[in-house]
Amino acid sequence: MTAGAPSIANKPVLAVIGNGMAGMRTVEELLKLAPDLYDITVFGAEPHGNYNRILLSPLLAGDKSIDDIMLNTPEWYKQNGITLHAGDPVTGIDRQRRIVRSRAGVALRYDRLLLATGSKPFILPVPGHQLPGVIAFRDIQDVETMLNAARNHRHAVVIGGGLLGLEAANGLLRQGMDVTVVHVMDSLMERQLDKPAALLLKTALEQKGLRFLLNAQTAEIVGEQQVTAVRFKDGSDIPADLVVMTAGVRPNIELAQQAGLHCERAIVVDDTLQTYDPRIYAVGECVQHRLATFGLVAPIWEQARVCGAHLAGAGHRRYVQQATATKLKVTGVDLYSAGDFIGSEGSEDLVLRDPRRGIYKRLVIKGPHIVGAVLYGDVKDGPWYFELIQQRIDISGLRSQLLFGQALCAQAA
Amino acid sequence: MKSAPSFPLLPAEKLSYKPGSTLTTCPYCGVGCGVRATLHSDGQVDIAGDESHASNYGRLCVKGSALGETVDLDGRLLYPKMRVEADATQPLQRVSWDAALDQVAHGFRSIIEQHGPDSVALYVSGQLLTEDYYIANKLMKGYIGSANIDTNSRLCMSSAVAGHKRAFGADLVPVCYEDLELADLVVLVGSNTAWCHPILFQRIARIKETRPQMKLVVIDPRRTATCELADLHLPLKAGSDVWLFNGLLSFLARNNAIDNNFVDTSTNGMAAALDVAESGCVDHGAVAKACKLDPHDLLTFYEWFAAHERTVTAFSQGVNQSSSGTDKVNSIINCHLLTGRIGRPGMGPFSITGQPNAMGGREVGGLANMLAAHMELENPQHRQTVQDFWQAPRMAERPGLKAVDLFHAIESGRVKAVWIIATNPVVSLPDADQVQRALAKCELVVVSDIIEKTDTNAFAHVLLPALSWGEKDGTVTSSERRISRQRAFLPTPGEARADWQILCQVAQRMGFKGFDFAAVHQVFDEHARLSAYRNGDAFGQRRTFNLSGLSGLDQKQFDAMAPVQWPLTTLASGDKRGTPRLFADRRFAHPDGKARFIATVPRGPQYATDSDYPLSLNTGRVRDQWHTMTRTGKSPKLADHVPESFVDMHPQDALLHGVREGMLARISSRWGEMVARVQHSGGIARDSIFVPIHWNGQSASDARVGALVNPAVDPVSGEPEFKHTPVRVEEFRVAWYGFVLSRSRPMLDDVTHWTRIQGRRFNRYELAGRSPISEHSTWAAALLGVDTADADWLEYQDVSAGIYRAVHVVDDRIDACVFLSPRPDLPSRAWLASLFGKEKLDDADRIGLLLGQPIEKGVDTGPTVCSCFGIGRNTICDAVRKQGLTNVAQVTACLKAGGNCGSCVPEIKKLLSEILVEEGA
Repeated sequence: MTAGAPSIANKPVLAVIGNGMAGMRTVEELLKLAPDLYDITVFGAEPHGNYNRILLSPLLAGDKSIDDIMLNTPEWYKQNGITLHAGDPVTGIDRQRRIVRSRAGVALRYDRLLLATGSKPFILPVPGHQLPGVIAFRDIQDVETMLNAARNHRHAVVIGGGLLGLEAANGLLRQGMDVTVVHVMDSLMERQLDKPAALLLKTALEQKGLRFLLNAQTAEIVGEQQVTAVRFKDGSDIPADLVVMTAGVRPNIELAQQAGLHCERAIVVDDTLQTYDPRIYAVGECVQHRLATFGLVAPIWEQARVCGAHLAGAGHRRYVQQATATKLKVTGVDLYSAGDFIGSEGSEDLVLRDPRRGIYKRLVIKGPHIVGAVLYGDVKDGPWYFELIQQRIDISGLRSQLLFGQALCAQAA
Repeated sequence: MKSAPSFPLLPAEKLSYKPGSTLTTCPYCGVGCGVRATLHSDGQVDIAGDESHASNYGRLCVKGSALGETVDLDGRLLYPKMRVEADATQPLQRVSWDAALDQVAHGFRSIIEQHGPDSVALYVSGQLLTEDYYIANKLMKGYIGSANIDTNSRLCMSSAVAGHKRAFGADLVPVCYEDLELADLVVLVGSNTAWCHPILFQRIARIKETRPQMKLVVIDPRRTATCELADLHLPLKAGSDVWLFNGLLSFLARNNAIDNNFVDTSTNGMAAALDVAESGCVDHGAVAKACKLDPHDLLTFYEWFAAHERTVTAFSQGVNQSSSGTDKVNSIINCHLLTGRIGRPGMGPFSITGQPNAMGGREVGGLANMLAAHMELENPQHRQTVQDFWQAPRMAERPGLKAVDLFHAIESGRVKAVWIIATNPVVSLPDADQVQRALAKCELVVVSDIIEKTDTNAFAHVLLPALSWGEKDGTVTSSERRISRQRAFLPTPGEARADWQILCQVAQRMGFKGFDFAAVHQVFDEHARLSAYRNGDAFGQRRTFNLSGLSGLDQKQFDAMAPVQWPLTTLASGDKRGTPRLFADRRFAHPDGKARFIATVPRGPQYATDSDYPLSLNTGRVRDQWHTMTRTGKSPKLADHVPESFVDMHPQDALLHGVREGMLARISSRWGEMVARVQHSGGIARDSIFVPIHWNGQSASDARVGALVNPAVDPVSGEPEFKHTPVRVEEFRVAWYGFVLSRSRPMLDDVTHWTRIQGRRFNRYELAGRSPISEHSTWAAALLGVDTADADWLEYQDVSAGIYRAVHVVDDRIDACVFLSPRPDLPSRAWLASLFGKEKLDDADRIGLLLGQPIEKGVDTGPTVCSCFGIGRNTICDAVRKQGLTNVAQVTACLKAGGNCGSCVPEIKKLLSEILVEEGA
């Protein structure tokens, strides 16, 4: 294929960099509004079609197969007239000429460009981090590496006690490995849970067989040909045949930076998901909107909806950041957190604890609204609280019954 | 003194119960209902009404029905105890009966030797049996030689006694219960009969149903439950009764309602009485003004009274407990004398007594100004009669100290030894803090009681364990002069003894003869014989109180004695017949055989309200409690209806004094203060408040209303003015309100205000605190004594709203819970309380725990209305609304509520009318 090959209908060209969830969702939103507006070409670094990255954890745990997690099949691309370059990452953007070039040598002239490059796992830059057996938990390849390791090895160390780390650890445990989670903070999932909930979670996961090292600072990954241990700053070490780094992600912005797009922590976009170059939009984990970056799916779906509309020329939507909710996908552990569960000046707490039944619930209230929720053990009202948070429903009349659930409040109403 | 002998640890009470049914008499109010008590071999007691008893014909009120819940040994005083060391801070120690009796006898004797007979006193009770009472009176008035024996009956009906004596020449109640049913007009004055004498009220209610033309008038400053049945309620100003009845007397005179024949032949003093009456009341308008009544309503009452020959005027504490109580009684009797409505069926003035044996006490002369067998202390002939009969060494010659004066004399040191029997004066007397001061100073305080810890026992030097209802044997007399047997059906617990026995043993140790009774029937026999001794025209003393028909009974006959109204006549057949009503022969007990009108000059209460103390405090009973709760407080069934003390006031007064319904208020008078929860029953007039008399230092931190009550007494009867004390009400500010339900007792040290309520398998505490709680979780764990580290401990917290709740579960059973809030808006206790009966909480229960209500609605039945069947307000209201019920009979058919004792019928009526109004709106 040659650069600038005109499409038959002379439609404007939309180039999409990133075959992930954010990019494809944006394309879907666009197609809903304007199915024939663009000639669309998608570049993806991974050799697969588009899959649901959120379901990598169940994939690892053995609860789902690869087929289960695929989102858009090759047929879908065909049916929608989309050209897909899978396994062919883009290497450069020439904004003057409006051309993107891929590693395989494709050069495509675009009228609109959508950046959906996502993020890269953050690998701790400690000695030994490049040893074989040190991986992240980001894509299907990583899952396959882990499944292989589980077949042949015993000791797994997961560095990072966040959502992703715990899901990885749980998956590896399910695959029969002996798993230690190493976390630099003093409580797990500190971005989603308050301490009491984190403690309940830790206890529950310990009962499932996971081990935890909190306040643990990794100094070095030890090994010659292959990782053999993880050593800490205090000099102690633990054996490791596999090290999974889940210590956070970094927005993938190299391409944008090279192209001279304005970036801070990520590619800066406005409320229409437009970058500083009016022909270029960006969505997903690679963007920075009003100082925030994104890692959860819900806001990204909303970005896709707004961005799709603008690409379709129906550009009246604005992206507004909203509270987000998280659910931990570990079998037997019910955990839900949403919104600002830490609270701030002027916020108030409602707390319910039933440790014997493993239940902990906390709602953060500000004025007449709920702004955050942490639910552990009994999460069935999570979506309801989330709705109350998002829609800013006045809950003053329900306050005394709120924590006891939607069913009761509905009776009272 | 020798060191106390050592005793084995208290053995677990292993009593053997002899199963079977026993007929006995209820120990509560003066109605004197017959009770059938059925004892099971495990000690459980089933209670039913005695169908053959003429007081109640098988019916019982809720208090009587719950008697079975009060016979356990929890908190009972089972062994004599004594202050062995002089150190007052040390607890009393168990001693032998010999040691205790010696101590009492020796203490009394040495004080008498040093300071004379009037330096000792007995303070006894209308809950004593006649035989106990008889011995106490004999010991004091015939042997010690002082009349310093008074009784808590002084507090309830001494004005009636004095009124009767002034009008009739003796303390004679002319009527019987049946007269209430035969009357065409029943006037209830100062009596919440529906709650305080429920069985009499039921009898009136049933008759009124069959004879709707029968009229019921209630004269009471409060709109009580009794008013639900009334055709007319006159909410007169507190203490204005004499104006009202003087007005009536004058109205009757002016409207030709005088029975001239009766007045001429059988009475004295009408002219003077009428003069006084007419001078005060120009017309009914003036009376209405003095009594703060609607003139039209007042006139209606006067007209009804004039029009109905068969009129009974029944009165109770609202009349008696006043500094003009005796005049009030006489102003009522005057109206009956003027119209000749006495001594015939369906008419007469009727004093309804409040205690089970107030009447029996009067019969044996248990008051400081009486002698025995209705004889007069100040009558030399009577004194001689009694002395001869008793062969008494040293007769009292002048009246002794009446209750209020007695405790003043103790404080001033004139009386140095007091023996308190079966009553709790630190709670029940007016100016009750003065009673505390007096007892604290008293050289020797002996208390006989059935309960170990009471507010009064705290001051005792010697505690003597008495037999309780069901264990003791003897007789009581009801309001209609009916003598009934109280029979023992329970074994004697511990070392408790009958009061008459204890008294005799002390008397003997003091060296007195005449106290060697082997059994209680011998005491009764002596009492009966004394009533007949030198009684009759032949002896120049014709005394109506005559039990000759009951003398000479042996044990078996005494045990078989059927309820009977004195005086008794012996028929030609030898059968004995009681006398339902007196004065049928128009012969009264004054020497001239005539009744007397008493000129009653109206006067207001002794202490008027003023700007410092602007409200008038009225006190009284609630439906399901009795006196100081030592017995009824044990019953979970009775605790539900009104769980804690309250101050009922008009909403506008509340607003004016800065208090709100549901919150706590401090009530203070010149004599003392207390704290209670503000309530608006809707039945109370402006400028007055009502506080119940029951709560005390054992059941609440600060709810002893006696401390506030003024010590003013009626000049004739010495009865205190419980129905009017100037007080003020102000906010009692607390940082939080809360409640605890717990199988054990919480640590209340940090709690400013608390009330303990007996639940079924749990204790309930209503709490309030002044100091804010910073760490709720720690605080609650300490309160309930829970180590939360590995406890099943559930919590709910709304931090900034100050709401905290915790529940402690042990082995899947609820063990305790605490609910706190800055406002008294706490959830209902009913459902949580019901969980204490469950051996295992199910999941649904558990979810509701911290909410305090079941997750599915409709299970919370609300506060109890019908105690007999445990039917709650929510249940009744739901049924009324959903099934469109319109009357009590339908509610009863549907829910059983109101179908047993009927005490709650007035409340159900009120609910019905409220819902009717609500639906009409």
